[in-house]
Amino acid sequence: MLNASLKELSAALAQRKISSVELTRLFLERVEKLNGSLNAFITLDAEKSLAQARAADKRIAKGATQPLTGIPVAHKDIFVTRSWLTTCGSRILSNFVSPYDAHVIERFNGAGAVILGKTNMDEFAMGSSSETSFYGPVKNPWGQAYVPGGSSGGSAAAVAARMAPAATGTDTGGSIRQPAALSGVSGLKPTYGLVSRYGMIAFASSLDQGGPLAKSAEDLALLLNAMAGFDARDSTSVERVAEDYRRELDKPLAGLRIGVPKEHFGEGLAGDVGRAVGAALEEFEKLGAKRVPIGLPNSGLSVPAYYVIAPAEAASNLSRFDGVRYGHRAKEYRDLADMYRRTRAEGFGAEVRRRILIGTYVLSHGYYDAYYLKAQKIRRLIADDFVEAFKRCDVVVGPTSPTVAFKIGAKAADPVQMYLNDIYTIPANLAGLPGMSIPCGFGRDDLPVGLHIVGNYFSEAKMLNVAHQYQKATDWHQREPAGIQP
Amino acid sequence: MPLSLQEVQRIAELARIGVSDAEARAVQSQLNDIFKLIGRMQKVDTEGIEPMSHGQDLELRLREDIVTERDQREQFLSLAPEREQGLYLVPKVIE
Repeated sequence: MLNASLKELSAALAQRKISSVELTRLFLERVEKLNGSLNAFITLDAEKSLAQARAADKRIAKGATQPLTGIPVAHKDIFVTRSWLTTCGSRILSNFVSPYDAHVIERFNGAGAVILGKTNMDEFAMGSSSETSFYGPVKNPWGQAYVPGGSSGGSAAAVAARMAPAATGTDTGGSIRQPAALSGVSGLKPTYGLVSRYGMIAFASSLDQGGPLAKSAEDLALLLNAMAGFDARDSTSVERVAEDYRRELDKPLAGLRIGVPKEHFGEGLAGDVGRAVGAALEEFEKLGAKRVPIGLPNSGLSVPAYYVIAPAEAASNLSRFDGVRYGHRAKEYRDLADMYRRTRAEGFGAEVRRRILIGTYVLSHGYYDAYYLKAQKIRRLIADDFVEAFKRCDVVVGPTSPTVAFKIGAKAADPVQMYLNDIYTIPANLAGLPGMSIPCGFGRDDLPVGLHIVGNYFSEAKMLNVAHQYQKATDWHQREPAGIQP
Repeated sequence: MPLSLQEVQRIAELARIGVSDAEARAVQSQLNDIFKLIGRMQKVDTEGIEPMSHGQDLELRLREDIVTERDQREQFLSLAPEREQGLYLVPKVIE
């Protein structure tokens, strides 16, 4: 059961081979055994999870089920969840019990899924290693000396270690795809606007997008069916007719045009990652796809532009954490200004403080044009590169991350090195395009390599088709880490 | 041009984040490394390029000007670090 696909779990529940309570207990026991060493979850509440499981079992008994009814799902602790502690990995929200549910949580609850727990993450989703969490770093199930990637590292590690059949994440510059790659699971960042941001604690609002992490593309399609959809409470939610993202899964890939950007295979790409991605491209050719060389000439500017835009939006979004309405407040202070200063100095970790300072500076008087406006113009150039590319190909494929997982602590002191992890994933966020990562082999120290697939706007069904056909021909996504030491 | 220590302290003050001198010095060199990375943008000619403020250039929707929120005053107030008589409490602002 721990290795079963969502489709298999759904069938087992429908045929009463297992109840939702039994299934939830099974995963909770697995979490209890492994979380002490992997630190993938911040909050667990077996009583609440089991209450939902009992409700799901009643629903199943009545035959009123949806595909996710009774299935436990782990949620990134960035999605506010009614009556659950919701910390966003930060000390400043260490006492925040949410009075309402995020749209994504509402959707899973409505589908009858069970909340398995809240997963660990980089503080306010700012990081690529899940080391900046106030609640301690997450360990990579493939090797506990390594990071699982970030910021949705807890969700990726939970799926990789089979502590959860599926999980949610958010992706602002790669925070679903990069941890999926480094932890050997599948993850999808949808087109900007497809999944409501209501109740998803904001980092950079023009880039943030929620999405699923799971063991396979087929599972991702099922999860996206539940997550996607219009929500008037998110002003950038797109109004579209509901889709079944499974509808193209079984289409053959003959004639598929795969765009290969030369910029993503150059300097900085580790040899082991390049070899695994190269082998995946050959596999696609065997499946009937054609390789089309493309250029994304401005993609090298994506990291600089991102580190203006994302911190600027973050500085603005995080001004709400001031110790007045909710969250942590400093114990001692002289006056109101001193309360703000101390509350925010104590409540935010070093990386979050750093990004607030960058954002404050680039938005400050006299610097707006040179930084923020400049970055927005470069954002246009990067988006236009993709418009050109998609005239000649159906999907863009390359490596998700330049290297496999690095050691915990290896890049913690050097922010610029950390930021460059997201060099291949950031362009899709800036352009608002959907992107995904699926396992495509192993590199140094037997650590997983991720294959990055970017599609045109709202082409998730096509991307899932591409990924599913690859996963039917290969078994990288079925490999699981051996011998996790509890 | 690298950020001076005074500039780091000025930004921290604008952001309402307390920093000690030692912290300001430590963060100063990291910020300067980051701004060196960001500085790569300046070499690119962006004359006449329309700024892109959002993934997809969405147009914001309009809605009826009606109350859509329920009254959750007590529930929200109960989350506040300090409150009194149905109000959020902050240190005295006017002497």
